[in-house]
Amino acid sequence: MPTIRVIDREGKLRELEAPVGWSVMEVIREAGLPIEAACGGCCACATCHVYVDPAWLGRLEPPHADETMMLDEAFQVRDESRLSCQIKVTPELDGLTVTLAPEF
Amino acid sequence: MTDSVVETDMVIIGAGPVGLFAVFEAGLLGLRCHLVDNLDKIGGQCAELYPDKPIYDIPAVPRCTGQQLIDNLLEQIRPFEPVFHLREQAERLERRPGGGWRVETSAGTVFESPVVVIAAGAGSFVPRRLPLPGAETFEGRSLFYAVRRSEAFRDHRVVVAGGGDSALDWVLALQPLARSIALVHRRDEFRAAPDSVERMRRLVAEGRMRLVIGQITALEGVEGQLTGLRVKLQDGREERLDCDRLLAFYGLKMELGPLADWGLELDRGLVKVDTEAFETSLPGVFAIGDICTYPGKLKLILSGFHEAALMCQKAFRYCRPEERLVFRYTTSSTDLQKKLGVI
Repeated sequence: MPTIRVIDREGKLRELEAPVGWSVMEVIREAGLPIEAACGGCCACATCHVYVDPAWLGRLEPPHADETMMLDEAFQVRDESRLSCQIKVTPELDGLTVTLAPEF
Repeated sequence: MTDSVVETDMVIIGAGPVGLFAVFEAGLLGLRCHLVDNLDKIGGQCAELYPDKPIYDIPAVPRCTGQQLIDNLLEQIRPFEPVFHLREQAERLERRPGGGWRVETSAGTVFESPVVVIAAGAGSFVPRRLPLPGAETFEGRSLFYAVRRSEAFRDHRVVVAGGGDSALDWVLALQPLARSIALVHRRDEFRAAPDSVERMRRLVAEGRMRLVIGQITALEGVEGQLTGLRVKLQDGREERLDCDRLLAFYGLKMELGPLADWGLELDRGLVKVDTEAFETSLPGVFAIGDICTYPGKLKLILSGFHEAALMCQKAFRYCRPEERLVFRYTTSSTDLQKKLGVI
């Protein structure tokens, strides 16, 4: 099973088992990490905002227009900002590293 | 503020799908409902978060959008004439000396009823506040998340932040009043209606307002009065904007709000209920839908519908203690069909 690496808001790194086909948000949420994911993963809010390790950014499917639009409701948005509900776990993403964005 | 007290059978806190369906189930039993919601519209998350997104797991409705679900529920409950109190947050819950409950809202509306139903989903929608150091010292004095009176912005150096309809609508409305006005948004694309965006761009082209593409990074001012703010531009440079009135529109967030302090037994931010009647630790106060928790709870709209139906059976006993409740089907009961207005 792929592993994703999540850095929480205290800077602590965790390695989480990530079933293929789950979203990164689901992996983070099911591990009990503090991610609000208010809309439940339908790209209707921006409360699963993460920063993707720049080394991984180019290896992800680029965001759809509605994801880019929803990021307007996030704060401290950077080039490497993504909504984690829109990143699907694949075998190729083994080792993907993301950082939880500040709560807003 | 209202001086009069609204007396009713059931006060429902939250006008989302589950609160709406509770009106139906209550209506079949002859109970009248008032609903309170902090949003400016009916429908809760369905209407606010995903009006156009598809829902596939409503029994016997293969596909509908969030808004269609709400529209259908409104049609279904119309015979029961529910009364909505929108843009009001339920602030206080107090036990009445003679039995039943008293609910007071942020607008001063007071309800008295034997039954209160909390159908508040993930909590109240409230504006997302600017998460910058010191922001709270400016809130309500020179930093606002809504406009109460446009006049408060006259002759001021106004900055509006955001890219949705609220931001664009207020930029256009305040531009003629303000001494200067700027719109700050993180990218040069807008979710707002294209017509508003075009009007904004025309004002920019005419030099009557500024559009700054970037993100606010710091606020400047003293004793609650903003004097300026710093914006990080797309190319990484920083710019300072003069500003004595900042209007920030970063969407809404959901929070449990005042009901966290009502003395309800909670479990990780959810209201604990029994699974026979979905009653909370306070007799006559029920919780249904996403906000309630019990062993095996699933946050599905259909679960909330089920919870509403069972809740009403017990709610009836609080509202009509002297009456016996007979269980009937809408298919066969002329009494229910009369209530529904179909015969």
